[in-house]
Amino acid sequence: MGGNSQENPVYLDYQATTPTDPRVVDAMMPYFTQKFGNPHSRNHAYGWEAEEAVEEGRRQVADIIGANSKEIIFTSGATESNNLALKGVAQFYKSKRNHIITCVTEHKCVLDTCRHLEQDGFDVTYLPVQENGLINLDELKAAMTDKTVLVSIMAVNNEIGVIQPLKEIGAICRENKTFFHTDAAQAVGKIELDVEEMNIDLMSISGHKIYGPMGIGALYVRRRPRVRIIAQINGGGQERGMRSGTLSPALCVGLGEACKIAKEEMASEAERLHELQMHMWTRFQEELPEVYLNGDLEKRIPGNLNVSYAFVEGEGLMMGIKDLAVSSGSACTSASLEPSYVLRALGVEEELAHTSLRLGIGRFTTKEEVDYATDRIIKEVQRLREMSPLFEMAQQGIDIKSIQWAEH
Amino acid sequence: MSYSEKVVDHYENPRNVGSMDNEAGEVGTGLVGAPACGDVMRLQIKVGENGIIEDAKFKTFGCGSAIASSSLVTEWVKGKTLEEASNIKNTDIAEELALPPVKIHCSVLAEDAIKAAISDYKLKHGDAKTSEAS
Repeated sequence: MGGNSQENPVYLDYQATTPTDPRVVDAMMPYFTQKFGNPHSRNHAYGWEAEEAVEEGRRQVADIIGANSKEIIFTSGATESNNLALKGVAQFYKSKRNHIITCVTEHKCVLDTCRHLEQDGFDVTYLPVQENGLINLDELKAAMTDKTVLVSIMAVNNEIGVIQPLKEIGAICRENKTFFHTDAAQAVGKIELDVEEMNIDLMSISGHKIYGPMGIGALYVRRRPRVRIIAQINGGGQERGMRSGTLSPALCVGLGEACKIAKEEMASEAERLHELQMHMWTRFQEELPEVYLNGDLEKRIPGNLNVSYAFVEGEGLMMGIKDLAVSSGSACTSASLEPSYVLRALGVEEELAHTSLRLGIGRFTTKEEVDYATDRIIKEVQRLREMSPLFEMAQQGIDIKSIQWAEH
Repeated sequence: MSYSEKVVDHYENPRNVGSMDNEAGEVGTGLVGAPACGDVMRLQIKVGENGIIEDAKFKTFGCGSAIASSSLVTEWVKGKTLEEASNIKNTDIAEELALPPVKIHCSVLAEDAIKAAISDYKLKHGDAKTSEAS
C-alpha cells in the first residue's frame, strides 16, 4: 500500500473508503465480459447465470448479519439504503404512527432524510449523545411514544468509531412495537451483527466501507414480523418491488464476496487492528502532553482513532503531514466553517474540535505504516506547538478561557 | 486543497517565529482571532527610538494560510514606520500568497494583527487618541 511521499501517501482514512480487496475484484471480473447477462432476463442462459451470481451474493450478504437472503435488497449504497429505510417505513405507516427517533451524531444522509420527513409532517426526536458518543438508553425510552414508528440509530459512528448498544436498543424498540433501523455502513465486518439477537428490523450496508466496490450497498428488511416499505424508485419491480432497476451482477458478486471474506477474517483482523490502534494511542499519550481521544475507547471499533492535539489546528497539522492521508474534524477542511458536528455533540469544546484528526486503519495497514505515521504526527505536532501562541500561554499557566477573544 | 508555493514555503520555513517581552516599552503586541474559530495570531513588534520597526515576531494557531500570512507580515513590517506598517492591506497579503477566497479571512486577521500591535505600542506610549481611533 502507501509509500511515504505526497504522491503516494500512507492511507489512514479507512472510514472514508477502503480499497477493494483484490479477491473481490477477481470474483467480479467475469461478470463484466463473459458472464455479462441481465439477471432479470428469464429466457436464456446468460440471464440465468447472472441471476444465480446475484442470488449467491445476496446469500453472502445475508449470512454476515444472520438474515435470510430474501430479506436483502440491493441498492446503490448506504445513502440510498438509509433513504429507503426511513422514507419507506415512514410513508407506509404514516396514518398510524408519525414519530421517528434518531440521534444527533448520525451520518448526514440520515439527518437530512429526517429533515425532509419533518417537512412532510413527521415528528422527529434527535437524541443527544453522552460524552463518550453513546446514546443514553433511558433517554431513548423516555422519547418513545405510541406514535413512534421507527428508531434509527447507527451501529458505528463514521467519525469516532463508537459502537452503539444495538441489542439494548433493539429490545426497547421491540417492546414498544417500534421498528429499529440501524445504519451499519461502518459496522459490517468489523463487529458481530445478528439481526435476530439484536432485534434489528432494517439495516443499511455499504460495499466500499468493507473492501467491496463503490456503487453498491444493501438494505436488510425483516420478513417476520414483516416490515413494509414504500419504494422510492419505481420501475420494473425488481427487488421484490422495493427497489426497481437492473442489478449489476458484478457489483452484487463483489459485495457478496466482500461480506464472505469479512466474515471469515473478522476475528483475526479485529485482533491485529486493535493492537495497532492501541500501539498508536499509547505512543501519542506517552510522547505528547494534552492529547485527547474523542469517543469511548472500549466501545469502539479497532480501526478508528479520533484524537485532539490541543493547541494545534487540524488543517494546519494536515498540511504538515501530506505524506499521510487522514481527515480532520476542523472547520477548514469542509465547506462550512463549523467544526465537526459529531465532536460538538460529544461536548468537545470548539477550540479542541478544531485540533482533531481522524485516523482510520484497516486490512492493508502495516505496523511499519502505523509507526511511520505516529512518528510523523508527533514530530509535526511538536513543531506546530512551538509556533502556537496558545501552547505558549498554556505553558505559562494562562487560562485560555480567561481571555476575551474576538467574535469571528 | 492545494496551496500556493509561497504559502508552502512560509509554512515549512516560517520567518521570525518567537516571543518578545510583553511588558517591554519598545514592544507592541497584537493578539487577534479566537481559538473557537480555529485561528489565533500573535504579532509582536519592537520599535526603535526613531519610530521604525526594528524586529517582529509571531506565533500562530491556525491553518497553513494563517501561518503563512503572519510569517509574511513579520517580514513586511520590519524597517517600516508605524504609519507605513499600518497601511499594509489584507488584499496585498492575499495577493502575495495567492490565497483562495475561502482563505481571505487569514489575510484579514494578519492585517488586524498589525493594527493591534501598533495600537498596543501606541497605548503604552500614551498616544491614546490614535489607539482609540484604530
